[in-house]
Amino acid sequence: MLSVKEYQTVSSIQGPLMMVEMIDEAKYGHIVDIELPDGSIRHGQILQVENDRVLFQVFEGTSGIDVKRSTVRFLAKPLELGVSPDILGRVFSGLGVPKDDGPAIIPDKRLDINGQPINPYARDYPNEFIQTGISTVDGLNPLVRGQKLPIFSGSGLPHDDLAAQLARQATVLGKGEEFAVVFAAMGITFEAAQFFIDDLHNTGAIERAVMFVNLANDPAIERIATPRFALTAAEYLAFERGMHVLVILNDMTNYCEALREISAARKEVPGRRGYPGYLYTDLATVYERAGRIKGNKGSITMVPVLTMPEDDKTHPVPDLTGYITEGQVILSRSLGRQGVSPPVDVLPSLSRLKDKGIGKEKTREDHADLYNQLYAAYARGKEMQELATIMGEAALSDEDRKYMEFANKFEARYIGQDYYENRTVFQTLDLGWELLSMFENAELKRIDVKLIEKYMPRFREKA
Amino acid sequence: MAEQRVGRVVKVAGPVVVAEGMSGARMYDVVRVGKINLIGEIVELRGDTASIQVYEETTGIGPGEPVLDTEAPLSVELGPGLIESIYDGIQRPLDELVSAEGEFMSRGSDMPGLNREKKWHFKPTVGDGTQVGPGDIIGEVEETTLMVHKIMIPPGVRGTIRSISEGDYTVEETVAVCAGEDGTETTLTLMQRWPVRNARPIARRLAPENILVSGQRVIDTFFPISKGGTACVPGPFGTGKTVVQHQLAKWVDADVVVYVGCGERGNEMTDVLTEFPELKDPRSGEPLMRRSVLIANTSNMPVAAREASVYTGITIAEYFRDMGYTVALMADSTSRWAEAMREISTRLEEMPAEEGYPAYLSARIAAFYERAGRVKCSGNPQREGGLSVIGAVSPPGGDLSDSVVQATLHVVKVFWSLKGELAYQRHFPAIDWLTSYSFYTQYLQRMFDDKEQGDAMERMRKEAMGLLEQESELREIVRLVGAEALSPRDRLALETARALREDYLHQNAFHEVDTYTSMAKQYEMLQTVLHFHHQALEAIEAGVETAEIFKLAVREDIARAKYIPQDQIDKIGQIRSRIEEQMKQLQGTVAAK
Ligand SMILES: Nc1ncnc2c1ncn2[C@@H]1O[C@H](COP(=O)(O)OP(=O)(O)OP(=O)(O)O)[C@@H](O)[C@H]1O
Ligand SMILES: [Mg+2]
Repeated sequence: MLSVKEYQTVSSIQGPLMMVEMIDEAKYGHIVDIELPDGSIRHGQILQVENDRVLFQVFEGTSGIDVKRSTVRFLAKPLELGVSPDILGRVFSGLGVPKDDGPAIIPDKRLDINGQPINPYARDYPNEFIQTGISTVDGLNPLVRGQKLPIFSGSGLPHDDLAAQLARQATVLGKGEEFAVVFAAMGITFEAAQFFIDDLHNTGAIERAVMFVNLANDPAIERIATPRFALTAAEYLAFERGMHVLVILNDMTNYCEALREISAARKEVPGRRGYPGYLYTDLATVYERAGRIKGNKGSITMVPVLTMPEDDKTHPVPDLTGYITEGQVILSRSLGRQGVSPPVDVLPSLSRLKDKGIGKEKTREDHADLYNQLYAAYARGKEMQELATIMGEAALSDEDRKYMEFANKFEARYIGQDYYENRTVFQTLDLGWELLSMFENAELKRIDVKLIEKYMPRFREKA
Repeated sequence: MAEQRVGRVVKVAGPVVVAEGMSGARMYDVVRVGKINLIGEIVELRGDTASIQVYEETTGIGPGEPVLDTEAPLSVELGPGLIESIYDGIQRPLDELVSAEGEFMSRGSDMPGLNREKKWHFKPTVGDGTQVGPGDIIGEVEETTLMVHKIMIPPGVRGTIRSISEGDYTVEETVAVCAGEDGTETTLTLMQRWPVRNARPIARRLAPENILVSGQRVIDTFFPISKGGTACVPGPFGTGKTVVQHQLAKWVDADVVVYVGCGERGNEMTDVLTEFPELKDPRSGEPLMRRSVLIANTSNMPVAAREASVYTGITIAEYFRDMGYTVALMADSTSRWAEAMREISTRLEEMPAEEGYPAYLSARIAAFYERAGRVKCSGNPQREGGLSVIGAVSPPGGDLSDSVVQATLHVVKVFWSLKGELAYQRHFPAIDWLTSYSFYTQYLQRMFDDKEQGDAMERMRKEAMGLLEQESELREIVRLVGAEALSPRDRLALETARALREDYLHQNAFHEVDTYTSMAKQYEMLQTVLHFHHQALEAIEAGVETAEIFKLAVREDIARAKYIPQDQIDKIGQIRSRIEEQMKQLQGTVAAK
């Protein structure tokens, strides 16, 4: 074993940061243990080494640490997670320490939690449709295996219900492959975390789940490591054990705040709203770990959840997330107020990888044309809804009014859906046709005439 | 050989490493850092201390480790084998890295940009005894079915050709010798090197002349880019920057396309990699990959290599331009490049200017776009080449006052402004027709062999834009006083503008036919939409109700004209005849009353 060097030369402590001096050897990115006079241990990671001075962040925070009586040990390795198939069904702390009553994990190997970037040439394009049973996702913003599709929410909006429904219902049509759920909680409440755990229990999925839990009252800096632990577990399960892994990261806004805290303590030039200039790059090293690899059976599909401060989509956290992920599902407070549930704001929501995951032999041939048409009609209807609130309905032409009615029905029946209602993609598609049947064929310009002729008559008869 | 300079690391902070004992080192020299030989580049020198941006993750590096000066600036290898390659930001071949080291990127790997084993068939185009100078073409290699690779005399070399011969060569083998007047001999190979941060020499710049046809209607008709021109595509996330870039990479009438994925998604590169070998070039029928070079330094790959990636890309693009080709380079996204600059600058503790970006941000952006242009290439035979550069910009929150957007708008000649609202309505490409601009519209006319057609296109373009502008004013009125207040002519203007938007500007990149529209088809389609408008105006004059006009069955045909395949575009002319028939009928019924 490597000899571990100890130092008692702490020179300063500031916020979550500590500096030690007169160090013989230290490496950037490696970890340290800090032993307090009472024998308790905290964990740190090196942010900068300059000559014999080392700056590191303390995951558990520095409260109660003093300059004179702490011992710092250099462990000469990066932060690691011990993995084996036994991690399934287990609950870990935000720093990867078992937190349930289970036995210690005897690791097959230890993995650097930072991972390595996937070589872009090795990636396999995500194209397998995942049925989530949620119409606004399956019909309009289909999710595919290996995609990263976040939920942008606001405080008090039902993102947990939606994420849980997704985890509960997500399946790939006609396949019974091995799946797993990795759940990372970052600064969420006990109740919110327990809600997921209970849900996984109820569906029996708990045995296929790995949880990394950092709650609202757990150390904030720890949150920087939590998603990396989760993704290391996910990569192991997916790419070494061939499983299809769904990773839920909840809540990424808390993660970003922890980064901001470190950055502020380092007195770095702040970017927008005080977040560090490297937030984009940092988030990318988390989100880009989703994907598929050529010749490998497994996959990582990622659903990060984040709350938008003041419901502002241009806030750096949702903004930079949107710039990295492959689409987003946005929840709307005003739809929620109108009683539409889940209040998915369809227009700004997007799945960028949908096109190769749907269509003939994947879902159905009419899928793409259908969502294009639904989008076009709903966008127009939504505009009319707004016009009607300003000018009164009387100001609308007959045609405009028809679009407004469409938007109303669409919100009530297509967007609106119970959290336990699991619609097949075909039910979702048919519902789309049924709603569109209030228009003349000629108005459905986004749909191929042949498809209209094939599918529409059934719904016209019904109407 | 002189002994190699070895310094030692004194500081590591993320991607920046400081080393001392580096006296004699030059700015931008490439160095190898640490025991695991990470690749880096000197970006600041103070006394014998060098600050180095490291192209690889620096975890595990610490003070005391060695730093080796290679005494050469960051350069790319130029020669046969570039086409169909996929490189990281510093020209390491990603495909070969997968076979050598696995699916995840490892560190410190050395892999030359051009394959050393592969033999290329070289055919000289000059004989022994020919006097040559920089840029002169001495022979050719058929690199792919779409690319005749010209072998040129590297910059700075001059003299008489000796022992040149046809045959199969690797990129390192001597194909000829160039004897200088002073008796020095330079061995010529299929490959040359060029430092990425310097523009390659040209004879002189030329004014733009032709449009780079993209097959995207809103671009070609309203906001075209020229061969050798520059354009930018700013927009909030998810508004279609990448799709525009991909569409251009697929369909522009260029000989070579260099696509730089700079700090963006891995899957987007995979998308290109899986699609381009399948897609056929509409002119040659050959797979598009055979004219493409890809640079992929995705967002999770090291930032310093991301900073270098746009330079690697543009140097390769210039090299093909020097052969006399039309080249198009797409950089997605230049904001990520600027952010990489910012990150390095912050670690160097440079004084920040706006938004934390270094003070030299605009200068770097301007210098990058200045490498585009239509040029007279240096060397013989006489030839012209063009390099168009199209940069995506990803401003925070979609805010166009962002430093990178502003610095870019100062230099580029085409602005495709993507709007969130259009994207949310799934109006794609979400290029805002009211705020976008192009300085190259005057060249559109020349795209038609028939002068009259060219003039007509110009007239139609103006009329259509006029209607779209009128629409935005009319919509304002509707919002204030309701649709009732509008005259029949205004109502028609609104409907025609809608048709222009939905049936002409809207273009589905994922539809087999709609993805590409030839100039001829654009002409036909636009003419048809406007023909309806003119006929309808006449009908209104004759007393026909607008509601009747809007109900005409032919409108559906107009809407579906975009789906008519290229080889059947005469069918679009038939729609115009139907417009006339149906309008005549309407007028007839009015007259009968
Ligand atoms: N011309 C088009 N036709 C059809 N769909 C399009 C078109 N342009 C964009 N889209 C849709 O919009 C989505 C987002 O486009 P794209 O990925 O190009 O956005 P972006 O501006 O590059 O976003 P980011 O800045 O996050 O990278 C695409 O996945 C696609 O679904
Ligand atoms: Mg993009």
